[in-house]
Amino acid sequence: MSIAYQIVVCGGIVPDPLQTLEPVAGPALKNEMLLPAVLDPWAAHSLYEAANLARKLPGSKVYLVTMAPKAKLQQVMMTVGQKVPLELVAIDGPASGFVESAAVAEALATAIQSIAGLEPARMLLFGGWESASRGAGTTMQMVAERLGITEQFQGVDELLVGEDGSLRILERVEGGRHQISVCDGAPALLGWATGNLGEPANNPQTGMMNMRAMMPALQKAKPAVLAADAKFESVELPKQLRETRIVKDAPVEQIAQEIVEWVRAE
Amino acid sequence: MILFLSTTEPGGGLSKIALEALGLAKSLGGELVAGLIGDAAIAIPGIRTLAVTGEAFGQSRYSTDAAAAEALVKAVNPQIVIAPQTMRTARALPGVAQRVGAAIDTHVTTFDGQRASRWYYKQRMEGTLTRDARPWFVLVESGIAPAFEPGADAGAVEQVSVTPATRTAVIGFQSPQSEQQTIRPDAKMLFVTGAGWTKKQKDGNTHMNDAARLILGFLEQSRASLGSSKSLVDMGGEGQSVLPFLSHLNQVGQTGATPRHPKGLATCCHGEEPHVVGWRFIKERRAINLDANCGWARGKADVVYVADAFAVMEVVNKMLGG
Repeated sequence: MSIAYQIVVCGGIVPDPLQTLEPVAGPALKNEMLLPAVLDPWAAHSLYEAANLARKLPGSKVYLVTMAPKAKLQQVMMTVGQKVPLELVAIDGPASGFVESAAVAEALATAIQSIAGLEPARMLLFGGWESASRGAGTTMQMVAERLGITEQFQGVDELLVGEDGSLRILERVEGGRHQISVCDGAPALLGWATGNLGEPANNPQTGMMNMRAMMPALQKAKPAVLAADAKFESVELPKQLRETRIVKDAPVEQIAQEIVEWVRAE
Repeated sequence: MILFLSTTEPGGGLSKIALEALGLAKSLGGELVAGLIGDAAIAIPGIRTLAVTGEAFGQSRYSTDAAAAEALVKAVNPQIVIAPQTMRTARALPGVAQRVGAAIDTHVTTFDGQRASRWYYKQRMEGTLTRDARPWFVLVESGIAPAFEPGADAGAVEQVSVTPATRTAVIGFQSPQSEQQTIRPDAKMLFVTGAGWTKKQKDGNTHMNDAARLILGFLEQSRASLGSSKSLVDMGGEGQSVLPFLSHLNQVGQTGATPRHPKGLATCCHGEEPHVVGWRFIKERRAINLDANCGWARGKADVVYVADAFAVMEVVNKMLGG
């Protein structure tokens, strides 16, 4: 039995992890629009897993549904679009970690419902299990609930599709273990952790193919109006800097002795 | 009214983090009701206890956990729901919040009933917020409140009936080959290995076997939990020669864990990830680093030893073994 899935990947953009971030009133990030951005790391893993699955199951298709300021999204898609074949569904809205996950979920679910020809029985909803911005791990469950998907998995590191269309899934659980579950098939939500795939190399041919549809998708991205309930009293960088003691030019034995005493101390 | 919502351990008791969340809920004052989900549930002394129990609810699974939690929330109709931040609650409660029209905040580190604090951008900044929306689901991290100490006089559990409906079967668990190969929250120390272990040393060669021997030797002697920087784990995915016992499960930082061990020792790490993002909640931090001016270690670690980690760990292991 060969199954052709419609794999809908949700993923936002976040500042490049190497950037130093500073909060400003709003709350927002200082110079947010100027910071280099990347596809959210865990969502990126889910995109690579989606593309890998689609490649193995002919007829499958990957959609990337994302919300961010249109100009930033265009920059990030120049890179992402070269990695895997996908159809972009863009929403023009904030990429901030301070936006309500419920509001983001509503915008994403609405955009997914607008995809022509989407069949729930063939749909796998992918995303990262948490973002690197809000880091709440709540958005994807809400998107799935809005789409009526009640089989949900988070912290996923592996998906195997059986001959009968069943989904064998490894989820991270406490104690550094994986829980093994078998779902009888689509639709299902998989919130990915790192999975097992590396980042695909850029492929100019894939980029050319994607770009034909990406630019129109970006141009027609609808602006999102997001409700907010949270009132931020403060957003601050951690104030406490530690008084670091630098131990330099000390004999190895002395350093080792100090570490051993520290390790053994209660 | 406050609802304390948690899954139970096999047999019906509560885990340490659940008792801490219950301790926090109790400290807020006002009427408190407990809602428990599991194969069984033991009533909490002095607190009205409702439960959804049965074999299906003893398993960690979104569909059954969400159905049970939804039924408990609807039965109690609370203003605030306090739950421990566990894999099961983190997976199920956002969907339940969507079903009942609640607001939700996760990874909360302080909560006084009105305002919650949590970290944003992978522990780089902390926000404090209030909400008008009710119900308000608050998932709290471990270590933020004293654990509730249940007394002996437990009353009866009020059962809430839920018919389990699911398309998913939990068929088992997969553990790493040894307990050394993952981040264990119960360990007293986190030992973080960076990419420096795989680089060319003073003699111009890499020493992968020595690195593996020293790292595993320290773990064996100290019972520390093993963490790794992203760069070191990624090298394995890229087919480079790496330490074979490291995987993404060891990773701390941006796409890894944010551990909460009492002590942390970083070796051969030279980036922001291990020292800032992944180490935010490590209490005592030390690092062995060849770069005395490493900007990420200074101000973040308590002590930085400017030394060759290979040489230091060789002696450390001998001393610990002796």
